[in-house]
Amino acid sequence: MKKKKSSQAAKIRKTPFVVIFVFLALGAVGISLGEPSRVLEQAKQICLSCIGIG
Amino acid sequence: MDFIRKWVQALFFLISNGYWNFPVTRGIYQGPLKVICSPGLNCYSCPAATSYCPLGALQQLIAGVRLSLENGQIFVGFYVVGAMGAIGGFVGRMVCGWACPFGLFQELLHKIPSPSFDIWRPLRWIKYAVLLFMVILLPLFVVDDFGFGHTWFCKYLCPAGTLEAGLPLLILQPGLRESIGLLFFNKLFFLILFIVWSVVASRPFCRTACPLGAFYGLFSKIKLVKLRLDPDKCTSCEACHAVCPMGVRFNESPEDMDCISCLACSKACSFNAISLEVGGLQVAGKESGRLTATQAVER
Repeated sequence: MKKKKSSQAAKIRKTPFVVIFVFLALGAVGISLGEPSRVLEQAKQICLSCIGIG
Repeated sequence: MDFIRKWVQALFFLISNGYWNFPVTRGIYQGPLKVICSPGLNCYSCPAATSYCPLGALQQLIAGVRLSLENGQIFVGFYVVGAMGAIGGFVGRMVCGWACPFGLFQELLHKIPSPSFDIWRPLRWIKYAVLLFMVILLPLFVVDDFGFGHTWFCKYLCPAGTLEAGLPLLILQPGLRESIGLLFFNKLFFLILFIVWSVVASRPFCRTACPLGAFYGLFSKIKLVKLRLDPDKCTSCEACHAVCPMGVRFNESPEDMDCISCLACSKACSFNAISLEVGGLQVAGKESGRLTATQAVER
């Protein structure tokens, strides 16, 4: 049972977890810099030129 | 499985566009949920949109990076790229197959009975140029007198923006109709082009021009959830080629950057050679009720 568990653990790819963690950390840096409020501010407005009007 | 996928697509469409009060307000949703990243291509100027479009937000931040830095604000896109990268690392282009409203729209158009044509494979590289130039470089370097760039992809190409925001807002706010000009007709041209193309070919926008799909595609080798090919079971019968909506030859390139993990190939494979894995562990695949390649050869 133990052997089976360890062989299964060996098959687990670690790279995706590292990549996800790095990007989550990047997002956390963005949050600490206050980017979400800027994103929210932009998303609340209609950018007419962005949708081909004006 | 395709039935389940359609329901998931519909669910994501409703979650991404859950503000149904817009016919009354005649404006867009302006609540706090818009701080959440939409996984698929979904214009945040759409009256019903409840989350932000990662491409739109990223271009806005890049276009205004000079001004924000001058004001001492380091708004360079960490939050948006972080969200996009986390989604990419988790499922990659599976988003395109399961959670993108514009992908669903193209799939529905392709169900209209018509002659079907393939898409010339080299056209798939255009989307990487769109990502590099229209989403990153042009908004960053082509700036006006005030140091502000433009959102090139949204402004000149994005058909989702025209469909979900441009046209509905022209209906809701008739005063805006006076403002339409060449820019709008250019965008309308691309929308009509991709609508007609979607009827006669499978997912043309995803395959040739979508920069969000191009970004997620970069994670094809390292994403957590992906399809796996068992070479011992594969007979190279090419059944997976015929059913793939993205034109991927799965048995030749199982980590193809265009694979949207829709599982059509897994269903079509008679030899149980294609399965879904999470972090290296198989979680779904057909039971071995059918023949393996070796058994088929023996018989």
